[in-house]
Amino acid sequence: MNMVSRAVLLFSMILAVVVVWAAEPFPSTYQVPVSSPVLIQGATVLTGTGERLDAADILIANGRIQAIGKGLSAPADALIIDAKTKWVTPGLIDIHSHLGVYASPGVQGLDDGNEATAPVTSNVWAEHSIWPQDPGFETALEGGVTTMQILPGSANLIGGRSVVVKNVQGATYQSMKFPGAAYGLKMACGENPKRVYGEKHQAPSTRMGNVAGYRQAYADAQDYQQQWDKYNRELADYNKKKAEPAEGAAKNSKKKDSSADKEPTLPSPPKRDLKLETLAEVMSGKIRVHMHCYRSDEMATMLDVADEFGFKIVAFHHAVEAYKIADRLAEKGVCAAMWADWWGFKMEAYDGVQENIPMVDFPEHSCAIVHSDSADGIQRLNQEAAKAMAHGQRVGLTVLPQRAIRWLTSNPAKSLGLEDRIGTLEPGKGADVVIWSSNPFSVYALAEEVFIDGALKFDRAHPPVPPRSDFLLGEDIAQAPL
Amino acid sequence: MKSLYLLIFMACGSVGPRCTLAQDFVIRGATVHTASTQGTLKNTDVVVRGGVIVAIGSGAGSSTAVIDAGGKDLTPGLFGGLTDIGLEEIALEAQTVDSSLNFKSPEWDQQWRPELDVTLAYNPRSFVVPITRIEGVTWTVLAPNSADSIIGGQGSAVVLDGRYDAALDGSRSLFVQMGAAGAKVAGGSRAAEYMLLEQAIHEARAQKPIAQGALLHTAGREALARYLMGGRVVFQVDRAADILGVVAFALRNGMKPVILGGGEAWLVAKDLAKADVPVILNPLDDLPIDFDHLASTLENAARLQRAGVRIAFSSGNTPQARLARQLAGNAVAHGLPWESALAAITSTPASIFGLSATRGRIAVGQSADLVLWSGDPLEVTTLADRVWIAGVPVEMKSRQTELRDRYVEKLKVHQAR
Repeated sequence: MNMVSRAVLLFSMILAVVVVWAAEPFPSTYQVPVSSPVLIQGATVLTGTGERLDAADILIANGRIQAIGKGLSAPADALIIDAKTKWVTPGLIDIHSHLGVYASPGVQGLDDGNEATAPVTSNVWAEHSIWPQDPGFETALEGGVTTMQILPGSANLIGGRSVVVKNVQGATYQSMKFPGAAYGLKMACGENPKRVYGEKHQAPSTRMGNVAGYRQAYADAQDYQQQWDKYNRELADYNKKKAEPAEGAAKNSKKKDSSADKEPTLPSPPKRDLKLETLAEVMSGKIRVHMHCYRSDEMATMLDVADEFGFKIVAFHHAVEAYKIADRLAEKGVCAAMWADWWGFKMEAYDGVQENIPMVDFPEHSCAIVHSDSADGIQRLNQEAAKAMAHGQRVGLTVLPQRAIRWLTSNPAKSLGLEDRIGTLEPGKGADVVIWSSNPFSVYALAEEVFIDGALKFDRAHPPVPPRSDFLLGEDIAQAPL
Repeated sequence: MKSLYLLIFMACGSVGPRCTLAQDFVIRGATVHTASTQGTLKNTDVVVRGGVIVAIGSGAGSSTAVIDAGGKDLTPGLFGGLTDIGLEEIALEAQTVDSSLNFKSPEWDQQWRPELDVTLAYNPRSFVVPITRIEGVTWTVLAPNSADSIIGGQGSAVVLDGRYDAALDGSRSLFVQMGAAGAKVAGGSRAAEYMLLEQAIHEARAQKPIAQGALLHTAGREALARYLMGGRVVFQVDRAADILGVVAFALRNGMKPVILGGGEAWLVAKDLAKADVPVILNPLDDLPIDFDHLASTLENAARLQRAGVRIAFSSGNTPQARLARQLAGNAVAHGLPWESALAAITSTPASIFGLSATRGRIAVGQSADLVLWSGDPLEVTTLADRVWIAGVPVEMKSRQTELRDRYVEKLKVHQAR
């Protein structure tokens, strides 16, 4: 069964959702590639579940992990990889990437990340800005990244929908789109929206203006939803009445009820508003909120705003001060997606500490995530985690590799709602697998082989020639003078 | 040992941020990475007296204070790259930034001020200074940014021990922005960068100031003239063709060029080696971020080194200057020999900026700027255990460690309940 059919199966449990699913625009065209089975032998395996297995084998077939254990036997046609000195992890997941929307080269013609023309643009979708030829996808793959959430920028209070993509080459974004993954909504706290719009002498220009902006947007969405609810009730009534006369006529043929005579009026639907539609889907739980927020006080404010309007923030991104409210985030079940050590480039990043990630990771039920927000950083997520581990260790927050890998795999999968499909090496999961040259929490470790749904997408011993991106095609010819 | 440190810090506290009480001590039994032709010396002692390294060897020194290194790695204090440490507190808060001159003059009325020296704005009490030095980064080069002309101005190397007179003699350099970024303030063409430079050089060499349409003021003419007599000029430039153009132009006009950026430098490595022009690069730059970087690669550093080019590393990221080691470690992962990578953040930048006599190596006569590490100094899981600058132990604290301590204790207590 491929990913698409699995996704459909998942959703078919709720009929109503299947109807919506079928009607979703811009459907994924991604297909699990056909590939021969792979048996990885004798590796040190960080499963992403918190376990470490030594000298373990992993069998991959039909795009999925089939088995993990010792002495697994390979099917006849399997590719066998001796990984005795290697480490194996799930494919890395970066939930904060702007690859494709802020592509390389950073020219004006490819500057598509921020629709900074109004503070609330929940009607825009990041996927419509993705340039699949961004060479950054390929360098991220070389760093072991197999899944990414591509977000709009943070100029706006509500920047638009994100999209989850697989790090596969394609001429269209639909061919990268993760089948069945929920949409995210990018929202932003703090300095960026108030600076962008304050400089234009329009709202918001302050943090209180920011909060007023989110609240009004969701209040409008509540009103919008009520209009649709009313319409749907009227439509149901209408359909009922349309169905009734035949029955009624038969039962009460003698009675002449004037009201029954009247032809029911077809209610007219409210005008679709793409902005409010997205926000209504956030409140119904269909779209997951990912919120750019640096300061702990602003995160707390946003948790209250979310409670007021009945939606859930699944993750605060950047979260430079998350360590100040690590307990609260864990209690609320909200993830924090962080850099290891970025700080100081703006006032709201002033209180960055290098122990942020291990501190957020410390409480029970925590959900610490390493993210990049950078075409450079995404190539070295493992090193970001490694630095955080070292700094945690120094203050008595020891994090072993089998736990730290969760920051890059199962925790981000959870924030995307994809924890049943990716993020761990368990039988049945999609076979997104990285074979590392050594312990991945090292500056010297390189991803040697990267599999996505069981297909070898990067092989360091045989790097792709020519490059994957159309953009870099012919570069080698230009570089070599006659 | 602890009480001795405490005593010194108390004494230092009373004399202000510049602590002059260099300690005499010996670091015993270290793995000494000299960053020189001596390479790595195992189980070696380093003797420090009066802030200077006075002996290196086995069983050397009879000082009162002995620090047992227990075989751990010792390196020279690291180079943080070209930064605005002490010139910039928060990049996005203009009032805290002093790293560039911008008269906002229109393009047709260029104001060139090579006489500007941003070193004068250096604040040794910036929070960035301790945050950087406790990671083993003991010096940086203050590099002005160009704003409304391709000339950024001058800057110097500074030592990050908090002293007010932090500039290091002989390191002053002129900074020029070339390539696409320079073209933006040179009328839109990179060819105009040379046109304007020619004009400025003409003015600097002329006996009298030009009456009208001059780029330079009197002080600027004098400043630029000094660089036309073998002065060190750092050109930020990335495209291969531009690198060659800049090198030829600089040498023709009596300047000593240094290439900063060098995104495509590996393409012209042989020429750079032949002309002995060093390159200060970020070895992590591998994306075609613009049309000056189409040939960027993680192997830039290794290829330049193999061709015999002197290389140093800089991310240009002020708050993250402390990550110099990560740049070096990644260069090793992509083919650069380990010793060359260490040299790229110690001895090579010292030699590029004229500081070889006092900094960049562990050698007799060098300033005792030393770092003792918890493991392989280029590994990301390694941390600095101890840092000395000019023989003075650095208190391993910063605003960030204070913040951390405040919240980590609360968290542990709360979770223990």
